Amino acid sequence: MDTKKNTNSVVRQAFVKSLPVMAGYVVLGIGFGILLHDAGYGVLWSFAMGLLIYAGSMQYVGVGLLAGGASVVTAILTTFMVNARHLFYSISMIGRYRDAGRYKPYMIFALTDETYSLLCDGAAPAGADPNLYRFLVSAFDQCYWVIGCVLGSILGAALPFSTAGVEFSMTALFVASFTQQWLDTKDHIPALAGLFGTLVCLLIFGPDRFLIPAMLVITAALTALRPRLDRAGKGAAEQ
Amino acid sequence: MTSNAHAAVLVAVMAAVTMLLRFLPFLIFRKGRPVPAYISYLGDVLPQAIIGMLVIYCLKDTVLTAAPYGAPELLAAAAVVALQVWRKNSLVSILSGTAIYMALIRLL
Repeated sequence: MDTKKNTNSVVRQAFVKSLPVMAGYVVLGIGFGILLHDAGYGVLWSFAMGLLIYAGSMQYVGVGLLAGGASVVTAILTTFMVNARHLFYSISMIGRYRDAGRYKPYMIFALTDETYSLLCDGAAPAGADPNLYRFLVSAFDQCYWVIGCVLGSILGAALPFSTAGVEFSMTALFVASFTQQWLDTKDHIPALAGLFGTLVCLLIFGPDRFLIPAMLVITAALTALRPRLDRAGKGAAEQ
Repeated sequence: MTSNAHAAVLVAVMAAVTMLLRFLPFLIFRKGRPVPAYISYLGDVLPQAIIGMLVIYCLKDTVLTAAPYGAPELLAAAAVVALQVWRKNSLVSILSGTAIYMALIRLL
């Protein structure tokens, strides 16, 4: 695995693996860049946020925080709520990333929804260093995202027409992945618990303060349903 | 619009909290320490539920009580679901759904 030929083939395999994310990240990054530009922040901000935060939905939400001059405390709490799911992505990758060595810090930093969805479903190709492979998939993905963010900033300044409604791309992103997960899983109770638990909390607590209650309700519901779901999920569980 | 210094602090905070969330499980469950079964169970089922939560989060400001009664959001979201079931291509679903939404908010 140390020969140049093998390294080239790992790079190629990682690139091919990352291709499904390329178009999505470039387009969603562009959407983000346009929104950020409309909020009054230029290309350097877009580049810095894509590079340092590197969390799509949080960056969309972050545009609102920047535009509204949110407090630091609000920024901390909002980031925690919007990105708390990353705790669980990391938890489910602990075993797989255990021996990743020098690649590990970046792989953890770059564990986005999409990278997780590429890497959670299976082993690296035969003959490839699995850690280098996963590192490269993660790095390719971030390149696409940063390129998209920067392109969006530039486009936002250049587009001659109104981009109102571009923000729906975030909703569409989650609706599409919700639908795909629905198609991919037999047991829909976790998805429904998330959907309806949140809806109930939204109705009770209102749009400004429902996220934390929703997360508690969802965690409690899934904990209560564990005897049922744990058994049902065993067939599909990998590793 | 916020001062650049405050905006930079906000970006740094968002980056730091996001990193903390991604690194924390790896720091807690270090090499050799087994991940409790309950935690791995949550890792299996929670992402699906959280995606459901984020769908609602995105739609939280939809106004259902006045014209156009959330029709652009609901129609565009329905289109995303239908396209995803039909083509199973997330990018096609996202782009089409966004285009439909942008058209609807101008027409309705």
